[in-house]
Amino acid sequence: MSVILEVEHIRKSFGDTEILKDISFAMDRGSTLSIIGSSGSGKTTLLRCLNFLETPDEGIIRVHGEKIFDAKECHNKSDAEIRKSRLHFGLVFQSFNLFPQYTAVQNVMLAEELLAKEQPEYKARKKEIHNNIEKHARELLSQMGLSNREDNYPHQLSGGQCQRVAIARALALNPDILCFDEPTSALDPELTGEVLKVIRELAQRNTTMIIVTHEMAFARDVADSVIFMDNGTICEQGNPREVFANPKELRTKQFLARYREGSS
Amino acid sequence: MDLIREQMKIVIPALNAGFLQTMRLFFVTLLGAIPFGLLISLGSMSKIKPIRVFVKVVVWIVRGSPLMIQLLIIYYFPGLVWKNPIWGGGETGRFLAASVAFIFNYACYFSEIYRGGIQSIPIGQEEAGLVLGMTKRQIFFKVKLLQMIKAIVPPMSNEIITLVKDTSLSRIIALQEIIWAGQAFMKGSQGISGAIWPLFFTAVYYLICNGVLTMLLGKLEKKLSYFK
Repeated sequence: MSVILEVEHIRKSFGDTEILKDISFAMDRGSTLSIIGSSGSGKTTLLRCLNFLETPDEGIIRVHGEKIFDAKECHNKSDAEIRKSRLHFGLVFQSFNLFPQYTAVQNVMLAEELLAKEQPEYKARKKEIHNNIEKHARELLSQMGLSNREDNYPHQLSGGQCQRVAIARALALNPDILCFDEPTSALDPELTGEVLKVIRELAQRNTTMIIVTHEMAFARDVADSVIFMDNGTICEQGNPREVFANPKELRTKQFLARYREGSS
Repeated sequence: MDLIREQMKIVIPALNAGFLQTMRLFFVTLLGAIPFGLLISLGSMSKIKPIRVFVKVVVWIVRGSPLMIQLLIIYYFPGLVWKNPIWGGGETGRFLAASVAFIFNYACYFSEIYRGGIQSIPIGQEEAGLVLGMTKRQIFFKVKLLQMIKAIVPPMSNEIITLVKDTSLSRIIALQEIIWAGQAFMKGSQGISGAIWPLFFTAVYYLICNGVLTMLLGKLEKKLSYFK
């Protein structure tokens, strides 16, 4: 397996508060990484940095060995370059953030269509390109188990269905790495199951994924590796079975113990 | 009753002519205040503090003082104080001055409605667009604009209906709109004097006009109710 993502010495502060303190990790292509840790430990900020919703103060991000971000050079980057870097990553939000005025299939198609419009051959093959994009979007939705919901608006869908549309929308652009920011935290247990099932299927098909989650059992069973974050640092990382069964660090032990108490 | 029927033949055409002027002022104000209001709302959200403060003070003054006073100042100030009657004389001058006063006043009200509309859109919408590789421009036009329009239609409807009635304030600078036309028959015009019913009757014009507008704006609101 080849290394797809390398994150080196990422730091990020908001005002005087340092949220990420020297974060470095790497992941393999086709693997699933889950990030766990208590609220405020910096998990979400890390994902947002990877998607350039926040700009790290220091550090380097490489995808396929190519440097797509370096804090030293980021000031002279154009919006177009940042856009291009962003497309290596997809992001699924906790609160879905579907576009309410578009149907499920339109939500999935929108970005792909806008990108296609920038291609020189778009005008000549408009109809064909549009049909291909629509076909792709419908396939993705049926993969998500939503074939009969394609033409519904977000407000007509359940939370779990919305989140599956959001996953299809992120997949539409074929990102190298798909990120999930607590994808089930806004859902009740019943709906959580259907979203986790979809993510598990993606893992089986070797989609490269980073999942920030509070679902400990899911993190343990689905991920190839796990990172435990604490107070802006990576406290412990490794094989999930190892980390969950025999945590080495005291903080990890305390965190996992609290979860066990909570769930029993 | 017979007398009124007699007078109607003269009064109705005069009121129609007045109402035409009312409608002209109404549409010119809308056409000017809708885009100008957007400019003001962008100013009131500007990252540059002096611009933001300046715009907010202007909006405060315009919203905090009577439109009637603003009309009087805008119409008379250039001639009386600068000795330079920029509006020119006659009905054209009065219409010009009234249009400027109304556009400015209504743009300030609209700007606050727009600001509410823009700020009502969750930040997640923009972020979702960004991570999908959309440009800020695409996000504004393809994602936010329609949501913003949906959010502002009800408060805008209120303001638009108020505007129809507010045009009557331009009577204070003798613009020949429908109130002026109705009042003329009290003082005496075209052989009718001391008749107050034409003035009362102008209310029917406003009612019908606002009835039609309420229906149209209601339709627009309904059209946008397909999403939430």
